[in-house]
Amino acid sequence: MRYIPLLFFLALALQAGQAEEVNVYSGRKEALIKPLFDEFTEQTGIRVNLVTGKADALITRLELEGENSPADLLLTVDAGRLYRAKEQGLLQAITSTELNRAVPENYRDPQGYWYGLSIRARVIVRSKAKIEPAQLSSYEALTDPVWKKQLCVRSSSNIYNQSLVASMLAHHGLEKTESWIRGLVGNFARDPKGGDRDQIKAVAAGQCNVALVNTYYLAGMLSSDIDSEVAAANKVALFWPNQAGRGAHVNVSGAGVTRSAGHKAAAVRLLEYLVSIPAQEWYGKTNHEFPVREGIAGDRVLQSWGAFKADSLNLAVLGENNQAAVRAMDRGGWK
Amino acid sequence: MPLFRQGLTGFTLPPPWVALTILVAGVLLLPVIVVAASVFLSSGDVWQHLYTTVLGGYIVNSLLLVAGVGCLALPLGVIPAWLVTLYRFPCSRQLEWALLLPLAMPAYIIAYTYTGLLDVAGPLQSWLREAFAWHYGDYWFPDIRSLPGAVLMLSLVLYPYIYLLARTAFLEQSACVVEAARTLGARPVGAFYKVVLPLARPAIIVGLSLVMMETLADYGTVQYFGVATFTTGIFKTWFGLGSTIAAAQLSALLLFFVLCLIVLEQRSRRLSRYHHTSTRYRRLEQKRLHSRHGLPALAVCALPVLFGFAVPAGQLLIWGMQTWRASLDAGFITLVVNSIELALITSVLAVVLALAICYARRLQPGIMTGSFSRLLGMGYAVPGTVIAVGVLLPFTWLDRHLGHWLGFLSGADHGLLLSGTIVILVFAYLARFLTLSLNTVDAGLAKIKPSMDEAGRSLGISGIRLLRRVHVPILRGSMLTAVLLVFVDVLKELPATLILRPFNFNTLAVRTYELANEERLADAAFPALAIVLAGIIPVIILSRAITQSRSTYA
Repeated sequence: MRYIPLLFFLALALQAGQAEEVNVYSGRKEALIKPLFDEFTEQTGIRVNLVTGKADALITRLELEGENSPADLLLTVDAGRLYRAKEQGLLQAITSTELNRAVPENYRDPQGYWYGLSIRARVIVRSKAKIEPAQLSSYEALTDPVWKKQLCVRSSSNIYNQSLVASMLAHHGLEKTESWIRGLVGNFARDPKGGDRDQIKAVAAGQCNVALVNTYYLAGMLSSDIDSEVAAANKVALFWPNQAGRGAHVNVSGAGVTRSAGHKAAAVRLLEYLVSIPAQEWYGKTNHEFPVREGIAGDRVLQSWGAFKADSLNLAVLGENNQAAVRAMDRGGWK
Repeated sequence: MPLFRQGLTGFTLPPPWVALTILVAGVLLLPVIVVAASVFLSSGDVWQHLYTTVLGGYIVNSLLLVAGVGCLALPLGVIPAWLVTLYRFPCSRQLEWALLLPLAMPAYIIAYTYTGLLDVAGPLQSWLREAFAWHYGDYWFPDIRSLPGAVLMLSLVLYPYIYLLARTAFLEQSACVVEAARTLGARPVGAFYKVVLPLARPAIIVGLSLVMMETLADYGTVQYFGVATFTTGIFKTWFGLGSTIAAAQLSALLLFFVLCLIVLEQRSRRLSRYHHTSTRYRRLEQKRLHSRHGLPALAVCALPVLFGFAVPAGQLLIWGMQTWRASLDAGFITLVVNSIELALITSVLAVVLALAICYARRLQPGIMTGSFSRLLGMGYAVPGTVIAVGVLLPFTWLDRHLGHWLGFLSGADHGLLLSGTIVILVFAYLARFLTLSLNTVDAGLAKIKPSMDEAGRSLGISGIRLLRRVHVPILRGSMLTAVLLVFVDVLKELPATLILRPFNFNTLAVRTYELANEERLADAAFPALAIVLAGIIPVIILSRAITQSRSTYA
């Protein structure tokens, strides 16, 4: 009983001692975002508190914590999750001329519930030794029986594949998408397994000739310190799909201010910092992602791939279609 | 004064500590209840979809996986335990503790390392292709990332549960029992089958059920290997289909499987009771094996250590040498401290709680039925993320009401008091891992004859004092085992830690996962090695303590 006053003072002291801060739930790994937060703290004096984890699990935590949630900002590595958080009423709309100026319209929520921060493209990689660029054209053409037993791609439980299929649904409708999935599965060289780097390594080793992967994995391998990674990556080449048509499928990492945010102003400032020029350059250099902001030069590897045409589909659609995409993949036998 | 006077008044109020134990146990059941209760909610047409497409595959793969791991881990655990306990052969002393080492290796880490070694693009196959100028498809090579591969990986890191419990059980047996069998004409192998093994059976079955439950809850390995099991299905339903309810219902179905497993185990155990009936304890003499038998024994015992520990740890070491400079920053010590702190708090709490529960049940079986503590143990088979949600639900509810109440008193907004602290983490660990300590302590307690209690009572000792004076000293080995098992499992625990932890709070497992998941295996190697190292120390302490308990046995 005699400790109660003590606890009270402790609570008061904690509250009084609070510097300005912002609390972030991040689906993005610590190593891939914390350096930017540290820089932000240095510049503004606002402390950034971070919990990382699986985006869906963090969204569930946010939902269960409800009004009391300490989180101010939800950061994810795909637009679908942000869309879902918005649908569940966990985010709030914000207006910021700075954000609207920096982030192109198709990379942010139409009402300002979330903003894209960096772009990742899902592309085809080919074996340099066996496949000529002229043999490739689009995602759709990968269902051609000539690719039988030549294609590697990871499992359908992966969000990047789900988003790709969600974009197919938006462009082609359910029926055509399902037959595309069946065609693709028919050309698999092996049951889906491993991550994107594993698909690249499988192409390098000759288990398959083409694979679907995200760009930054290839860039990460090319700039790796480990010789075997570089060697494998050098055996494959990137191919930008659908350049004659709608462009390559892209997704964003992005963030939205939570509805329960107690530090809304600081959260918006952090968002604005993340789309500032130095931060956007960092995304390219360290994470090998494409900046959302136009006119930022990427790093050496990204530049070597040249300019590409990206699908201009609004990314909120990926979230809307995600469930339908998973069901279609289940039906089509994409493990 | 005896605490329980049965038959005098018909019903006596349990003493406070029993009441408290029941209360705590009841609260710890909440997460499992939350998961099970999901079956009463509607999840729309998701089940229809699952049923027509993937559910059959999940069930078949999960059953095959569990059966496979059970069949492989059982001999991997029991045979070496028997050999190192009853025989002396080259290196047998070292193998006694070395056989526990794979326990410190998280399953997903061993999966990553073996994939790195044996995959198409790995050094072994690359070397084969270069040396013989082969191309992919010219030669046959087993695919490590497959269902059999997953069985192998999980067996290699989970067999120590069986080994540990079997060995403790063998050690707690008195030589007199074996000798009695021998004088009745049984040969050594016959004595093993007829006496030693049946006496150790409860402990071995406990180990086996732990292995099976951990296999059912595994996510990292099966996900990486592309094996569609229940757990991968749960996450695909939750994350991909966006149906939290259907995911919880899938978990409930998983719980149902576990329940069947538990009922089967109980039935097999009910047929006979296992106590020492010999009144004298004398430590088992180890028989020296000479080279003709010694070397095969050495090989059999070294195999699981080699493949479950030495090879993957060696691979981690090679990777870690390339990256340790980047890994060893100032924050690294904090990671180690956080991990050990959580593991220590949880493991001590878990063993105290397990002792209280088992003892309360022994004193008055009516209050704490066996099925109650079985239910309590079911959290172990539920994937950590699902348990985490089961923990968050009651905690956030409690926080809301506590917050209102405190806010009413002090006029300030207190936000969340318990969620987002390590309290909720420890609670989740207990809900998930209590079964480890519960089963271990229970198996130990079951071997103490009730006449021991009676003897104590006739000397005027009862209740807690009886526990402290009589049972605890005998149970020392079992209790240490319980502490170690929980300690190492908390050290490795990832999914619940990931979702429940406070701001700016990381553990070794979280760091390892974040890097490995980004497919930066080499960078993940150093924190992974640290988990293994932090796990090895208590493993060795434990092993020595168990060996010593041979001789100090009263």
